[in-house]
Amino acid sequence: MANQSLSARKAKNVTMISLTVIGTLLALIPLFSIFAYVLTRGLPAINIDFFTQLPKPLGEEGGGMVNAIAGSIIVVGISGLIGIPVGIMSGIFLSEYGRNRFGRSISFLTDVLLGVPSIVVGIFVYVLLVLAMGGFSAYAGGIALSILMIPAVTRTTEEMLKLIPSHIREAGLALGLPKWRVTLFIVLPSALRGIVTGVMLAIARVMGETAPLLFTAFGNRYWHASLNDPIATLPVQIFTYAISPYKEWQAQAWAGALTLIVIVLIFNILARVITYRKNH
Amino acid sequence: MGIEVKNLNAWYGDLHAIKDINLSIPKNQVTALIGPSGCGKSTFLRCLNRMHEVIEGTKVTGEILVDGENIYGTNVDPVTVRYRIGMVFQKPNPFPTMSIFDNVAAGLKLNGMRNKKQIREIVERSLEAAGLWDEVSDRLDKNAMGLSGGQQQRLCIARTLAVNPEIVLMDEPTSALDPISTHKIEELVHSLKENYTIVIVTHNMQQAARVSDNTAFFLNGEVIEYNTTKHIFSNPSDQRTEDYITGRFG
Repeated sequence: MANQSLSARKAKNVTMISLTVIGTLLALIPLFSIFAYVLTRGLPAINIDFFTQLPKPLGEEGGGMVNAIAGSIIVVGISGLIGIPVGIMSGIFLSEYGRNRFGRSISFLTDVLLGVPSIVVGIFVYVLLVLAMGGFSAYAGGIALSILMIPAVTRTTEEMLKLIPSHIREAGLALGLPKWRVTLFIVLPSALRGIVTGVMLAIARVMGETAPLLFTAFGNRYWHASLNDPIATLPVQIFTYAISPYKEWQAQAWAGALTLIVIVLIFNILARVITYRKNH
Repeated sequence: MGIEVKNLNAWYGDLHAIKDINLSIPKNQVTALIGPSGCGKSTFLRCLNRMHEVIEGTKVTGEILVDGENIYGTNVDPVTVRYRIGMVFQKPNPFPTMSIFDNVAAGLKLNGMRNKKQIREIVERSLEAAGLWDEVSDRLDKNAMGLSGGQQQRLCIARTLAVNPEIVLMDEPTSALDPISTHKIEELVHSLKENYTIVIVTHNMQQAARVSDNTAFFLNGEVIEYNTTKHIFSNPSDQRTEDYITGRFG
Protein backbone atom coordinates (compact mmCIF):
# COMPACT_ATOMS: atom_id res chain seq x y z
CA MET A 1 0.00 0.00 0.00
CA ALA A 2 2.77 2.35 0.96
CA ASN A 3 4.54 1.74 -2.33
CA GLN A 4 1.40 2.30 -4.31
CA SER A 5 0.74 5.66 -2.72
CA LEU A 6 4.33 6.62 -3.33
CA SER A 7 4.14 5.80 -7.02
CA ALA A 8 0.82 7.61 -7.23
CA ARG A 9 2.40 10.65 -5.65
CA LYS A 10 5.36 10.48 -8.01
CA ALA A 11 3.01 10.28 -10.99
CA LYS A 12 1.12 13.29 -9.70
CA ASN A 13 4.40 15.12 -9.23
CA VAL A 14 5.52 14.41 -12.79
CA THR A 15 2.13 15.45 -14.16
CA MET A 16 2.12 18.77 -12.34
CA ILE A 17 5.70 19.59 -13.26
CA SER A 18 4.95 18.74 -16.89
CA LEU A 19 1.95 21.07 -16.78
CA THR A 20 4.10 23.96 -15.55
CA VAL A 21 6.67 23.25 -18.28
CA ILE A 22 3.95 23.14 -20.93
CA GLY A 23 2.53 26.40 -19.58
CA THR A 24 5.94 28.02 -19.80
CA LEU A 25 6.42 26.81 -23.37
CA LEU A 26 2.97 28.08 -24.35
CA ALA A 27 3.88 31.47 -22.94
CA LEU A 28 7.18 31.49 -24.82
CA ILE A 29 5.73 30.51 -28.20
CA PRO A 30 4.14 33.89 -28.97
CA LEU A 31 7.22 35.69 -27.68
CA PHE A 32 9.61 33.81 -29.93
CA SER A 33 7.30 33.72 -32.93
CA ILE A 34 6.78 37.48 -32.74
CA PHE A 35 10.50 38.03 -32.56
CA ALA A 36 11.24 35.56 -35.37
CA TYR A 37 8.52 36.96 -37.58
CA VAL A 38 9.48 40.58 -37.05
CA LEU A 39 13.09 39.60 -37.66
CA THR A 40 12.38 37.88 -41.00
CA ARG A 41 10.05 40.64 -42.20
CA GLY A 42 12.04 43.55 -40.86
CA LEU A 43 15.61 42.55 -41.59
CA PRO A 44 15.40 42.85 -45.41
CA ALA A 45 14.34 46.49 -45.13
CA ILE A 46 17.09 47.37 -42.65
CA ASN A 47 20.10 49.16 -44.10
CA ILE A 48 22.27 52.15 -43.35
CA ASP A 49 19.77 54.47 -45.04
CA PHE A 50 17.06 53.31 -42.69
CA PHE A 51 18.96 54.71 -39.74
CA THR A 52 20.33 57.82 -41.43
CA GLN A 53 17.74 59.06 -43.94
CA LEU A 54 14.47 60.89 -43.62
CA PRO A 55 11.40 59.27 -45.20
CA LYS A 56 11.38 59.71 -48.96
CA PRO A 57 8.34 61.21 -50.70
CA LEU A 58 5.87 58.67 -52.04
CA GLY A 59 7.10 57.03 -55.22
CA GLU A 60 10.78 57.44 -54.49
CA GLU A 61 12.80 54.42 -53.47
CA GLY A 62 14.69 54.16 -50.17
CA GLY A 63 14.62 56.58 -47.29
CA GLY A 64 14.62 55.83 -43.62
CA MET A 65 13.14 56.58 -40.24
CA VAL A 66 15.96 58.46 -38.54
CA ASN A 67 13.60 61.24 -37.49
CA ALA A 68 11.19 58.76 -35.90
CA ILE A 69 13.94 56.87 -34.07
CA ALA A 70 15.35 60.11 -32.68
CA GLY A 71 11.84 61.38 -32.01
CA SER A 72 10.91 58.31 -30.00
CA ILE A 73 14.01 58.68 -27.87
CA ILE A 74 13.32 62.39 -27.35
CA VAL A 75 9.65 61.92 -26.44
CA VAL A 76 10.37 58.97 -24.14
CA GLY A 77 13.25 60.99 -22.68
CA ILE A 78 10.89 63.86 -21.85
CA SER A 79 8.43 61.43 -20.29
CA GLY A 80 11.23 59.85 -18.26
CA LEU A 81 12.47 63.23 -17.03
CA ILE A 82 9.01 63.87 -15.64
CA GLY A 83 7.79 60.37 -14.88
CA ILE A 84 10.79 58.78 -13.17
CA PRO A 85 11.42 61.40 -10.44
CA VAL A 86 7.72 62.00 -9.81
CA GLY A 87 7.02 58.26 -9.72
CA ILE A 88 9.94 57.41 -7.46
CA MET A 89 9.14 60.26 -5.10
CA SER A 90 5.49 59.32 -4.79
CA GLY A 91 6.54 55.70 -4.30
CA ILE A 92 8.82 56.80 -1.45
CA PHE A 93 6.00 58.83 0.04
CA LEU A 94 3.51 55.97 -0.13
CA SER A 95 5.89 53.44 1.39
CA GLU A 96 7.67 55.55 4.01
CA TYR A 97 5.22 58.27 4.98
CA GLY A 98 1.85 57.27 3.56
CA ARG A 99 0.76 54.49 5.87
CA ASN A 100 -2.44 56.33 6.67
CA ARG A 101 -5.82 57.10 5.13
CA PHE A 102 -4.40 59.70 2.76
CA GLY A 103 -1.63 57.38 1.59
CA ARG A 104 -4.00 54.50 1.07
CA SER A 105 -6.37 56.59 -1.05
CA ILE A 106 -3.46 57.83 -3.18
CA SER A 107 -2.34 54.24 -3.56
CA PHE A 108 -5.82 53.28 -4.73
CA LEU A 109 -5.93 56.17 -7.21
CA THR A 110 -2.55 55.10 -8.55
CA ASP A 111 -4.03 51.69 -9.28
CA VAL A 112 -6.94 53.33 -11.06
CA LEU A 113 -4.59 55.49 -13.12
CA LEU A 114 -2.61 52.37 -13.99
CA GLY A 115 -5.74 50.91 -15.54
CA VAL A 116 -6.76 53.96 -17.58
CA PRO A 117 -6.56 53.12 -21.31
CA SER A 118 -3.71 54.96 -22.97
CA ILE A 119 -5.97 56.46 -25.61
CA VAL A 120 -7.92 58.22 -22.86
CA VAL A 121 -4.68 59.74 -21.62
CA GLY A 122 -4.00 60.88 -25.19
CA ILE A 123 -7.36 62.61 -25.50
CA PHE A 124 -6.94 64.14 -22.05
CA VAL A 125 -3.59 65.67 -22.94
CA TYR A 126 -4.94 66.72 -26.32
CA VAL A 127 -7.78 68.68 -24.77
CA LEU A 128 -5.77 70.10 -21.91
CA LEU A 129 -2.44 70.79 -23.53
CA VAL A 130 -2.43 70.50 -27.28
CA LEU A 131 -5.45 72.78 -27.69
CA ALA A 132 -4.13 75.19 -25.08
CA MET A 133 -0.64 75.31 -26.57
CA GLY A 134 -2.02 75.68 -30.03
CA GLY A 135 -0.57 72.56 -31.61
CA PHE A 136 0.95 69.12 -31.41
CA SER A 137 4.38 68.96 -29.83
CA ALA A 138 7.11 66.73 -28.45
CA TYR A 139 6.33 68.16 -25.02
CA ALA A 140 2.69 67.09 -25.23
CA GLY A 141 3.77 63.60 -26.31
CA GLY A 142 6.25 63.35 -23.46
CA ILE A 143 3.71 64.51 -20.93
CA ALA A 144 1.12 62.03 -22.18
CA LEU A 145 3.62 59.19 -21.86
CA SER A 146 4.71 60.40 -18.43
CA ILE A 147 1.11 60.13 -17.22
CA LEU A 148 1.27 56.47 -18.20
CA MET A 149 4.67 56.08 -16.62
CA ILE A 150 4.05 57.70 -13.22
CA PRO A 151 1.62 55.13 -11.78
CA ALA A 152 3.79 52.23 -12.95
CA VAL A 153 6.96 53.68 -11.41
CA THR A 154 5.09 54.72 -8.25
CA ARG A 155 3.67 51.27 -7.76
CA THR A 156 6.94 49.36 -8.23
CA THR A 157 8.88 51.83 -6.08
CA GLU A 158 6.31 51.49 -3.31
CA GLU A 159 6.24 47.70 -3.50
CA MET A 160 10.04 47.38 -3.64
CA LEU A 161 10.49 49.71 -0.65
CA LYS A 162 7.86 47.84 1.33
CA LEU A 163 9.89 44.66 0.80
CA ILE A 164 12.79 46.16 2.77
CA PRO A 165 12.38 44.83 6.29
CA SER A 166 11.61 47.41 8.98
CA HIS A 167 14.62 46.33 11.04
CA ILE A 168 16.90 47.82 8.37
CA ARG A 169 15.17 51.18 8.85
CA GLU A 170 15.37 50.81 12.63
CA ALA A 171 19.09 50.06 12.42
CA GLY A 172 19.56 53.36 10.62
CA LEU A 173 17.35 55.33 12.99
CA ALA A 174 19.13 53.80 16.00
CA LEU A 175 22.40 55.27 14.70
CA GLY A 176 20.93 58.70 15.20
CA LEU A 177 20.28 59.31 11.52
CA PRO A 178 17.31 61.45 10.51
CA LYS A 179 14.55 59.52 8.74
CA TRP A 180 15.15 61.20 5.38
CA ARG A 181 18.79 60.11 5.36
CA VAL A 182 17.82 56.57 6.32
CA THR A 183 15.29 56.53 3.49
CA LEU A 184 17.60 58.07 0.90
CA PHE A 185 20.92 56.39 1.70
CA ILE A 186 19.95 53.07 3.27
CA VAL A 187 16.43 52.01 2.29
CA LEU A 188 16.42 53.30 -1.29
CA PRO A 189 19.77 51.70 -2.28
CA SER A 190 18.58 48.40 -0.81
CA ALA A 191 15.59 48.47 -3.13
CA LEU A 192 17.43 49.94 -6.11
CA ARG A 193 17.55 46.77 -8.16
CA GLY A 194 13.79 46.34 -8.12
CA ILE A 195 13.15 50.02 -8.71
CA VAL A 196 15.49 50.17 -11.72
CA THR A 197 13.79 47.11 -13.18
CA GLY A 198 10.41 48.75 -12.65
CA VAL A 199 11.57 51.96 -14.31
CA MET A 200 12.95 50.04 -17.28
CA LEU A 201 9.69 48.15 -17.70
CA ALA A 202 7.80 51.43 -17.56
CA ILE A 203 10.10 52.91 -20.24
CA ALA A 204 9.67 49.81 -22.36
CA ARG A 205 5.93 50.10 -22.01
CA VAL A 206 5.64 53.74 -23.07
CA MET A 207 8.21 53.25 -25.83
CA GLY A 208 5.66 51.22 -27.75
CA GLU A 209 2.62 53.37 -26.98
CA THR A 210 0.95 54.62 -30.15
CA ALA A 211 -2.53 55.84 -29.26
CA PRO A 212 -1.63 58.73 -26.93
CA LEU A 213 1.03 59.96 -29.35
CA LEU A 214 -1.47 60.24 -32.22
CA PHE A 215 -3.17 63.06 -30.32
CA THR A 216 -0.08 64.71 -28.91
CA ALA A 217 3.19 64.26 -30.81
CA PHE A 218 1.20 63.62 -33.96
CA GLY A 219 4.04 62.68 -36.29
CA ASN A 220 6.21 64.44 -38.83
CA ARG A 221 7.70 63.43 -42.16
CA TYR A 222 10.67 65.73 -41.55
CA TRP A 223 12.86 66.68 -38.63
CA HIS A 224 10.95 68.45 -35.91
CA ALA A 225 11.74 72.16 -35.92
CA SER A 226 11.65 72.35 -32.12
CA LEU A 227 10.25 70.44 -29.17
CA ASN A 228 7.22 72.68 -29.52
CA ASP A 229 6.42 71.21 -32.93
CA PRO A 230 4.96 67.92 -34.10
CA ILE A 231 7.53 65.17 -33.90
CA ALA A 232 7.83 61.76 -35.53
CA THR A 233 7.93 58.69 -33.29
CA LEU A 234 8.54 55.07 -34.14
CA PRO A 235 5.17 53.62 -33.10
CA VAL A 236 3.19 56.28 -34.97
CA GLN A 237 5.46 55.95 -38.00
CA ILE A 238 5.02 52.18 -37.94
CA PHE A 239 1.28 52.64 -37.68
CA THR A 240 1.14 55.06 -40.62
CA TYR A 241 3.35 52.90 -42.82
CA ALA A 242 1.72 49.62 -41.87
CA ILE A 243 -1.79 50.73 -42.85
CA SER A 244 -0.55 52.25 -46.11
CA PRO A 245 -1.18 50.34 -49.34
CA TYR A 246 2.44 50.59 -50.49
CA LYS A 247 4.73 47.54 -50.32
CA GLU A 248 7.80 49.71 -49.76
CA TRP A 249 6.24 51.44 -46.74
CA GLN A 250 4.96 48.19 -45.27
CA ALA A 251 8.45 46.74 -45.42
CA GLN A 252 9.77 49.81 -43.63
CA ALA A 253 7.08 49.42 -40.98
CA TRP A 254 8.49 45.97 -40.23
CA ALA A 255 11.98 47.37 -40.04
CA GLY A 256 10.65 50.02 -37.63
CA ALA A 257 9.01 47.35 -35.48
CA LEU A 258 12.28 45.44 -35.33
CA THR A 259 14.14 48.61 -34.34
CA LEU A 260 11.61 49.30 -31.60
CA ILE A 261 11.96 45.80 -30.17
CA VAL A 262 15.76 46.05 -30.23
CA ILE A 263 15.72 49.44 -28.48
CA VAL A 264 13.49 48.03 -25.72
CA LEU A 265 15.76 45.00 -25.48
CA ILE A 266 18.84 47.19 -25.13
CA PHE A 267 17.15 49.11 -22.32
CA ASN A 268 16.37 45.89 -20.48
CA ILE A 269 19.89 44.50 -20.86
CA LEU A 270 21.33 47.81 -19.70
CA ALA A 271 19.18 47.71 -16.58
CA ARG A 272 20.38 44.19 -15.83
CA VAL A 273 24.02 45.16 -16.26
CA ILE A 274 23.73 48.25 -14.05
CA THR A 275 21.95 46.47 -11.20
CA TYR A 276 24.18 43.40 -11.48
CA ARG A 277 27.31 45.51 -11.00
CA LYS A 278 25.75 47.28 -8.03
CA ASN A 279 25.08 44.02 -6.27
CA HIS A 280 28.30 42.11 -6.93
CA MET B 1 26.16 58.65 32.93
CA GLY B 2 23.27 56.95 34.57
CA ILE B 3 19.68 56.74 33.44
CA GLU B 4 16.82 57.80 35.69
CA VAL B 5 13.39 56.50 34.66
CA LYS B 6 10.39 58.22 36.23
CA ASN B 7 6.74 57.14 35.95
CA LEU B 8 7.24 55.64 32.52
CA ASN B 9 4.16 54.37 30.70
CA ALA B 10 3.99 53.08 27.14
CA TRP B 11 1.19 51.92 24.87
CA TYR B 12 0.68 50.11 21.58
CA GLY B 13 -2.68 51.49 20.57
CA ASP B 14 -4.89 50.53 23.51
CA LEU B 15 -2.45 47.98 24.91
CA HIS B 16 -0.82 49.33 28.03
CA ALA B 17 2.59 47.66 27.68
CA ILE B 18 4.64 49.54 30.29
CA LYS B 19 3.00 50.49 33.56
CA ASP B 20 4.43 53.23 35.67
CA ILE B 21 8.04 52.16 35.84
CA ASN B 22 10.59 53.88 38.07
CA LEU B 23 14.14 52.69 37.71
CA SER B 24 17.65 53.98 38.12
CA ILE B 25 20.28 52.50 35.85
CA PRO B 26 23.85 53.12 37.03
CA LYS B 27 26.68 54.33 34.84
CA ASN B 28 29.33 51.96 33.45
CA GLN B 29 27.53 48.87 34.58
CA VAL B 30 25.58 46.19 32.79
CA THR B 31 21.90 46.10 33.63
CA ALA B 32 19.92 43.07 32.49
CA LEU B 33 16.18 43.08 31.84
CA ILE B 34 14.61 39.65 32.22
CA GLY B 35 11.08 38.32 32.17
CA PRO B 36 8.76 36.11 30.13
CA SER B 37 7.76 36.93 26.53
CA GLY B 38 5.44 39.89 26.27
CA CYS B 39 6.34 41.28 29.68
CA GLY B 40 7.41 44.62 28.24
CA LYS B 41 11.17 44.40 28.62
CA SER B 42 11.91 45.06 24.93
CA THR B 43 9.34 47.85 24.86
CA PHE B 44 10.99 49.40 27.89
CA LEU B 45 14.39 49.17 26.18
CA ARG B 46 13.00 50.84 23.06
CA CYS B 47 11.65 53.66 25.21
CA LEU B 48 15.18 54.35 26.43
CA ASN B 49 16.30 55.70 23.04
CA ARG B 50 12.92 56.77 21.74
CA MET B 51 12.66 53.91 19.27
CA HIS B 52 9.27 52.91 20.64
CA GLU B 53 7.60 55.84 18.94
CA VAL B 54 8.91 54.74 15.53
CA ILE B 55 6.07 52.21 15.45
CA GLU B 56 2.74 53.71 14.48
CA GLY B 57 0.03 54.07 17.08
CA THR B 58 2.36 54.02 20.05
CA LYS B 59 2.50 56.44 22.96
CA VAL B 60 4.88 57.17 25.83
CA THR B 61 4.41 59.24 28.99
CA GLY B 62 6.73 59.93 31.89
CA GLU B 63 10.35 61.01 32.05
CA ILE B 64 13.69 59.45 31.31
CA LEU B 65 16.59 61.50 32.56
CA VAL B 66 19.97 60.91 30.98
CA ASP B 67 22.65 63.01 32.59
CA GLY B 68 19.86 64.94 34.27
CA GLU B 69 18.19 65.85 30.99
CA ASN B 70 14.74 64.49 30.11
CA ILE B 71 15.00 62.77 26.71
CA TYR B 72 11.23 63.15 26.37
CA GLY B 73 11.45 66.90 26.92
CA THR B 74 9.52 69.09 24.51
CA ASN B 75 12.56 70.51 22.74
CA VAL B 76 14.48 67.26 22.46
CA ASP B 77 15.03 65.81 19.00
CA PRO B 78 14.71 61.99 19.05
CA VAL B 79 17.47 61.83 16.41
CA THR B 80 19.94 63.37 18.86
CA VAL B 81 18.79 61.01 21.60
CA ARG B 82 19.45 57.99 19.36
CA TYR B 83 22.84 59.36 18.42
CA ARG B 84 23.82 59.34 22.10
CA ILE B 85 22.09 56.08 22.97
CA GLY B 86 22.95 53.29 20.55
CA MET B 87 21.03 50.08 20.00
CA VAL B 88 21.86 46.52 18.97
CA PHE B 89 18.93 44.45 17.76
CA GLN B 90 17.82 40.89 18.23
CA LYS B 91 18.50 39.84 14.67
CA PRO B 92 21.79 40.95 13.13
CA ASN B 93 20.78 43.67 10.68
CA PRO B 94 23.74 44.94 8.66
CA PHE B 95 22.86 47.26 5.79
CA PRO B 96 22.56 44.77 2.92
CA THR B 97 23.98 46.91 0.12
CA MET B 98 27.05 48.07 2.01
CA SER B 99 30.52 46.66 2.51
CA ILE B 100 31.82 45.74 5.95
CA PHE B 101 33.70 49.04 6.09
CA ASP B 102 30.72 51.11 4.97
CA ASN B 103 28.45 49.44 7.49
CA VAL B 104 30.64 50.60 10.35
CA ALA B 105 31.19 53.98 8.72
CA ALA B 106 27.49 54.51 7.92
CA GLY B 107 26.66 56.40 11.10
CA LEU B 108 29.64 58.70 10.57
CA LYS B 109 29.39 59.28 6.82
CA LEU B 110 25.64 59.75 6.79
CA ASN B 111 25.92 62.21 9.63
CA GLY B 112 28.27 64.28 7.52
CA MET B 113 31.80 63.24 8.51
CA ARG B 114 34.08 63.78 5.50
CA ASN B 115 37.59 63.23 6.87
CA LYS B 116 38.57 59.87 5.33
CA LYS B 117 41.54 59.29 7.61
CA GLN B 118 39.45 59.94 10.69
CA ILE B 119 36.67 57.65 9.44
CA ARG B 120 39.22 54.89 8.81
CA GLU B 121 40.61 55.20 12.29
CA ILE B 122 37.20 55.08 13.92
CA VAL B 123 36.13 52.09 11.81
CA GLU B 124 39.26 50.20 12.78
CA ARG B 125 38.91 51.10 16.46
CA SER B 126 35.22 50.13 16.50
CA LEU B 127 35.88 46.78 14.82
CA GLU B 128 38.63 46.12 17.33
CA ALA B 129 36.37 47.02 20.22
CA ALA B 130 33.77 44.64 18.83
CA GLY B 131 36.37 41.89 18.54
CA LEU B 132 35.92 41.57 14.81
CA TRP B 133 38.96 43.34 13.40
CA ASP B 134 41.20 40.27 13.09
CA GLU B 135 38.54 38.34 11.23
CA VAL B 136 37.63 41.01 8.67
CA SER B 137 40.65 43.32 8.31
CA ASP B 138 41.58 41.73 4.96
CA ARG B 139 38.10 41.97 3.44
CA LEU B 140 36.70 45.29 4.57
CA ASP B 141 35.44 46.03 1.07
CA LYS B 142 33.40 42.82 0.85
CA ASN B 143 29.66 42.81 1.32
CA ALA B 144 28.61 42.49 4.95
CA MET B 145 26.01 39.84 4.17
CA GLY B 146 28.82 37.38 3.51
CA LEU B 147 29.69 37.25 7.21
CA SER B 148 28.34 34.60 9.58
CA GLY B 149 25.47 35.45 11.92
CA GLY B 150 27.78 35.94 14.88
CA GLN B 151 30.14 38.11 12.88
CA GLN B 152 27.21 40.14 11.56
CA GLN B 153 26.05 40.80 15.09
CA ARG B 154 29.51 41.94 16.17
CA LEU B 155 29.56 44.11 13.04
CA CYS B 156 26.31 45.68 14.22
CA ILE B 157 27.90 46.29 17.61
CA ALA B 158 30.90 47.91 15.89
CA ARG B 159 28.51 50.04 13.85
CA THR B 160 26.79 51.16 17.04
CA LEU B 161 30.11 51.92 18.78
CA ALA B 162 31.40 53.90 15.80
CA VAL B 163 29.12 56.86 16.49
CA ASN B 164 30.51 56.89 20.04
CA PRO B 165 27.32 56.62 22.07
CA GLU B 166 27.33 56.97 25.84
CA ILE B 167 24.82 54.19 26.39
CA VAL B 168 24.41 50.94 24.45
CA LEU B 169 21.07 49.13 24.47
CA MET B 170 20.99 45.49 23.45
CA ASP B 171 17.76 43.69 22.64
CA GLU B 172 18.41 39.95 23.03
CA PRO B 173 21.62 40.28 21.00
CA THR B 174 22.48 36.59 21.11
CA SER B 175 19.10 34.93 20.68
CA ALA B 176 19.78 34.21 17.00
CA LEU B 177 23.37 33.03 17.54
CA ASP B 178 25.20 29.79 18.20
CA PRO B 179 26.88 29.17 21.60
CA ILE B 180 30.38 30.17 20.47
CA SER B 181 29.20 33.46 18.99
CA THR B 182 27.09 33.99 22.09
CA HIS B 183 30.14 33.53 24.26
CA LYS B 184 32.09 36.08 22.20
CA ILE B 185 29.32 38.66 22.52
CA GLU B 186 29.04 38.09 26.25
CA GLU B 187 32.77 38.66 26.67
CA LEU B 188 32.38 41.75 24.57
CA VAL B 189 29.59 43.09 26.78
CA HIS B 190 31.85 42.55 29.75
CA SER B 191 34.70 44.54 28.24
CA LEU B 192 32.45 47.31 26.92
CA LYS B 193 31.12 48.38 30.29
CA GLU B 194 34.41 50.07 31.02
CA ASN B 195 33.45 52.78 28.54
CA TYR B 196 29.71 52.43 28.14
CA THR B 197 26.59 52.03 30.19
CA ILE B 198 24.89 48.89 28.94
CA VAL B 199 21.28 47.74 29.17
CA ILE B 200 20.65 44.25 27.85
CA VAL B 201 17.39 42.37 27.36
CA THR B 202 17.79 38.64 27.58
CA HIS B 203 15.66 35.51 27.63
CA ASN B 204 18.57 33.55 28.93
CA MET B 205 18.83 33.54 32.72
CA GLN B 206 22.39 32.24 32.72
CA GLN B 207 23.35 35.06 30.42
CA ALA B 208 21.88 37.64 32.76
CA ALA B 209 23.74 36.04 35.65
CA ARG B 210 26.99 35.94 33.68
CA VAL B 211 27.14 39.41 32.17
CA SER B 212 25.14 41.79 34.32
CA ASP B 213 25.72 43.76 37.51
CA ASN B 214 22.06 44.57 38.06
CA THR B 215 18.91 42.76 37.01
CA ALA B 216 15.34 43.95 36.64
CA PHE B 217 12.59 41.35 36.51
CA PHE B 218 9.63 42.39 34.36
CA LEU B 219 6.15 40.91 34.47
CA ASN B 220 3.04 42.19 32.69
CA GLY B 221 4.57 45.58 32.05
CA GLU B 222 5.73 46.16 35.59
CA VAL B 223 9.07 45.83 37.31
CA ILE B 224 8.55 43.23 40.00
CA GLU B 225 12.03 43.35 41.38
CA TYR B 226 15.17 45.32 40.68
CA ASN B 227 18.41 44.71 42.49
CA THR B 228 21.99 43.58 42.02
CA THR B 229 22.21 40.48 39.89
CA LYS B 230 23.78 38.63 42.75
CA HIS B 231 20.85 39.38 45.00
CA ILE B 232 18.20 38.55 42.37
CA PHE B 233 19.71 35.20 41.55
CA SER B 234 20.68 34.08 45.04
CA ASN B 235 18.05 35.58 47.26
CA PRO B 236 15.09 37.10 45.39
CA SER B 237 12.68 39.03 47.59
CA ASP B 238 9.58 38.37 45.52
CA GLN B 239 8.08 34.91 45.12
CA ARG B 240 7.32 35.56 41.43
CA THR B 241 10.95 36.40 40.72
CA GLU B 242 12.02 33.19 42.36
CA ASP B 243 9.44 31.19 40.41
CA TYR B 244 10.66 32.72 37.17
CA ILE B 245 14.39 32.29 37.63
CA THR B 246 13.99 28.74 38.88
CA GLY B 247 12.00 27.97 35.75
CA ARG B 248 8.63 27.38 37.32
CA PHE B 249 6.96 29.62 34.73
CA GLY B 250 7.80 31.69 31.67
